Amino acid sequence: MGIRFVLLVNKQGQTRLAQYYEYLTLEERRALEGEIVRKCLTRTEQQCSFVEHRNYKVVYRRYASLFFLVGVDNEENELAVLEFIHLFVETMDRHFGNVAHFMLEEMVMNGCVVETSKSNILAPIQLMDKAA
Amino acid sequence: MGSQGGWGQSKEFLDLVKSIGEARSKAEEDRIVLQEIETLKRRINEPDVPRRKMKEYIIRLVYVEMLGHDASFGYIHAVKMTHDDSLLLKRTGYLAVTLFLNEDHDLIILIVNTIQKDLRSDNYLVVCAALAAVCKLINEETIPAVLPQVVELLGHPKETVRKKAIMALHRFHQRAPTTMSHLISNFRKRLCDNDPGVMGATLCPLFDLITEDANSYKDLVMSFVSILKQVAERRLSKAYDYHQMPAPFIQIKLLKILGLLGSGDKQASGAMYNVLEDIFKKSEPSSNIGNAVLYECICCVSSICQNDKLLKTAAEVTSKFLKSESHNLKYMGIDALGRLLKRNPEIAEEHQLAVIDCLEDPDDTLKRKTFELLHKMTKSSNVEVIVDRMIDYMISISDNHYKTDIASRCVELAEQYAPSNHWFIQIMNKVFEHAGDLVDVRVAHNFMRLIANGEDDEGAGSQLRSSAVVSYLHILAEPKLPSVFLQVICWVLGEYGITDGKFSASYITGKLCDVAEARSNDDTVRAYAIAAIMKICAFEIAAGRKVELLPECQSLIDELSASHSTDLQQIAYELQALLGLDARAVETIMPYDASCEDIEVDRSLSFLNSFVNQSLQNGARPYIPESERPGTLNISNYGAHDQLEAPSHALRFEAYELPKPSPPPIPPALLAAAPVADLVAVPESAYFSTEPHQPSEPLGGAAMSPAEHGLRLRLEGVQKKWGRPSYSSSSSSSSSSAPSVSAPSAQKPANGVANANGAAAAAGAQARDSSYDSRRNPLVEVSAEKQRLAASLFGARLQEESRRRRPHPPPGAEP
Repeated sequence: MGIRFVLLVNKQGQTRLAQYYEYLTLEERRALEGEIVRKCLTRTEQQCSFVEHRNYKVVYRRYASLFFLVGVDNEENELAVLEFIHLFVETMDRHFGNVAHFMLEEMVMNGCVVETSKSNILAPIQLMDKAA
Repeated sequence: MGSQGGWGQSKEFLDLVKSIGEARSKAEEDRIVLQEIETLKRRINEPDVPRRKMKEYIIRLVYVEMLGHDASFGYIHAVKMTHDDSLLLKRTGYLAVTLFLNEDHDLIILIVNTIQKDLRSDNYLVVCAALAAVCKLINEETIPAVLPQVVELLGHPKETVRKKAIMALHRFHQRAPTTMSHLISNFRKRLCDNDPGVMGATLCPLFDLITEDANSYKDLVMSFVSILKQVAERRLSKAYDYHQMPAPFIQIKLLKILGLLGSGDKQASGAMYNVLEDIFKKSEPSSNIGNAVLYECICCVSSICQNDKLLKTAAEVTSKFLKSESHNLKYMGIDALGRLLKRNPEIAEEHQLAVIDCLEDPDDTLKRKTFELLHKMTKSSNVEVIVDRMIDYMISISDNHYKTDIASRCVELAEQYAPSNHWFIQIMNKVFEHAGDLVDVRVAHNFMRLIANGEDDEGAGSQLRSSAVVSYLHILAEPKLPSVFLQVICWVLGEYGITDGKFSASYITGKLCDVAEARSNDDTVRAYAIAAIMKICAFEIAAGRKVELLPECQSLIDELSASHSTDLQQIAYELQALLGLDARAVETIMPYDASCEDIEVDRSLSFLNSFVNQSLQNGARPYIPESERPGTLNISNYGAHDQLEAPSHALRFEAYELPKPSPPPIPPALLAAAPVADLVAVPESAYFSTEPHQPSEPLGGAAMSPAEHGLRLRLEGVQKKWGRPSYSSSSSSSSSSAPSVSAPSAQKPANGVANANGAAAAAGAQARDSSYDSRRNPLVEVSAEKQRLAASLFGARLQEESRRRRPHPPPGAEP
């Protein structure tokens, strides 16, 4: 439904963050990540940021040496997902620290984007920081 | 991610991350990770690990699994961490658990309790953590444990809690829609929540509900329109702005919903026109997100009832997309064009140049999208061009998934719009040649049928077939043809190879033998080949010509007569038999060009009546139908294997009653109710006259339990070993091995429906052995899973058995 997974991958193809919204075994994940990363990394700057993979799509965006890959169903609005990635990055930008996972948890639930206001996303995380 | 160390990671962790990052090969990375796993295994199982340290170990475990290695030894520690009182630790525990586990995992039971407790916490952040875990880990069975609390949380003072509670309900609906039906009103209520975040979240489950059943939600059209209007007018807080667009993600969700509600409904559509116009005007086309909203607007406009002004605006926006330099926008433009096509078929023509550019672009994604568009635009006037291009593209793809996709599109378009059968055959040949094994086999059958009687005019038909034969003989020279294609070729050559007299029978037969020899591993192709040879021989004989088998042909027949495939054997024998018949008989058996004729089957075998009568007169015993045979199980009951009520012969899924003392000979009808006395070593005669207990017992093995629980088996004199090695066949002393192993021929084994047709006694005994093996495991009750498993086992078995027994029809007779 909607978003199937969110991956952060570096230039060498190493996974840096992985959040799945449907269940896949470890082997399936490895295989999937390998295939998709290969596809996206070989594309040029001019080409589309969308790649079809099997029966769904991957929207990706590159920031320096880091690739953000989001797997979505065919009905999703690709440009919107592209911008969602950017929103995620901007939100992370406002907050330092090892919180990418928690941020994503605030933004995406059940494979749907539920929160797009940066202050709403960050508030619980900042509170948690204070409580720690 | 781990490079900042701002969360108190140790140097060890930072070093780990660094070394992984610097690893130059996957093997090196794996080595480092495996070492890390060893370290963690040791440390994490030590007693008294300080909590902060444990948190770090768990994060490292998450890291390890992210790199693809199993860290299941640590799962339990993550579960334990969710019990922690410190918010950060608890939340880390929950996060780890949601990353490690899935809803079907065994450890979930340990977490449900914690979640229940945390949902009631005073600290709303704890409640949120629990709700996030609910969204990932609660499955159908555990929903009732948390449902009431979640519903209560819909009224929580904190908006972030309400938002997550809505998503939890969403999850419940996804997992168990029927249990949620009474709670749907909650979604409607939350749509009017004061907080835009909660409202926005509610759009997700509402979208799902509306997708399933738009009619029930038509009353919400005005609400959605009003919300969208307010958002577009910037009435939400600035916090929801993104790149100068007000709450664009919410706008997009609303547009999707409106598109569903307005589709086919004039009144609903009418209510939307104003706000849609507004959105078109207000969205900023210079930013990606602005264009995303514009695109969604176009989608909405094209799916609701027609409004010319809006369509015109939509077309203009699409134009701009297509003219843009950005590939992303071109992609969206092509997609939008495809949607607008159904409202305005000419629109594609206006942009044909742009479309061609996209088609020829080296960017695969764009190309494929354009093919999708072309697919929608195909008419008989342009089908040849489009399909030709598609085929060229298809040939160039190496990825099987896409190849299949494009191949099926080609076939679909060719079947629908082909200007001539001749062209169709050319195209299909190409498809078969390059993607033959990827295409559905029905395509091949339809194709063969088309060749057989596609043309109305006989003359055109035979011309078509002749040209097919010629081209196929030519194609046979190519190496590595896909199996499906070869099957088609063999079939065509068999049916029509010698019709027009251009080629001699021995020439065609020779070619067919070559094919069979080249594909000695492919039984299907060989079957088609030999069947084709048979047809040719048949036609030759029917035409009065003598058949001279080529030596390689004869050796092929000999080889196939000994093949392990019964189908091949059958055809080989049939061919040999055919060669001995006269022309008239052959003509009746294998008429020319009758592949599409119906074959009538006389199920009652009435043509054998005279034979039967004569045999009866000569003293043969009459046939006794199964239901009348003494004490045999009624095989027809197997057909109803999924009926779980227990007619006396059918499978039982309930446990038997406890055994009673050994009774006198029991009629079969009652046997199911008085089971296991037979296990006692009763005297042989009594045993023989009663029917064996096994037939009505289910393979699930419920039967034997009462005996093995309650009564002691009286095993004096019985050989200790059960099972195959000690089984001595037929009449040997029944005191050796299992008591029921006696005169096999009198009994019908439980398994193996096929055996019921009087298979060899040995087979029967073997089947019984295996059914004994299964029964040796005592089962007190048969759970629902076992019932289902039994049902599916039998279902699968039955189908398999019957399929094997049904003779494989020769290709010519199979349209």
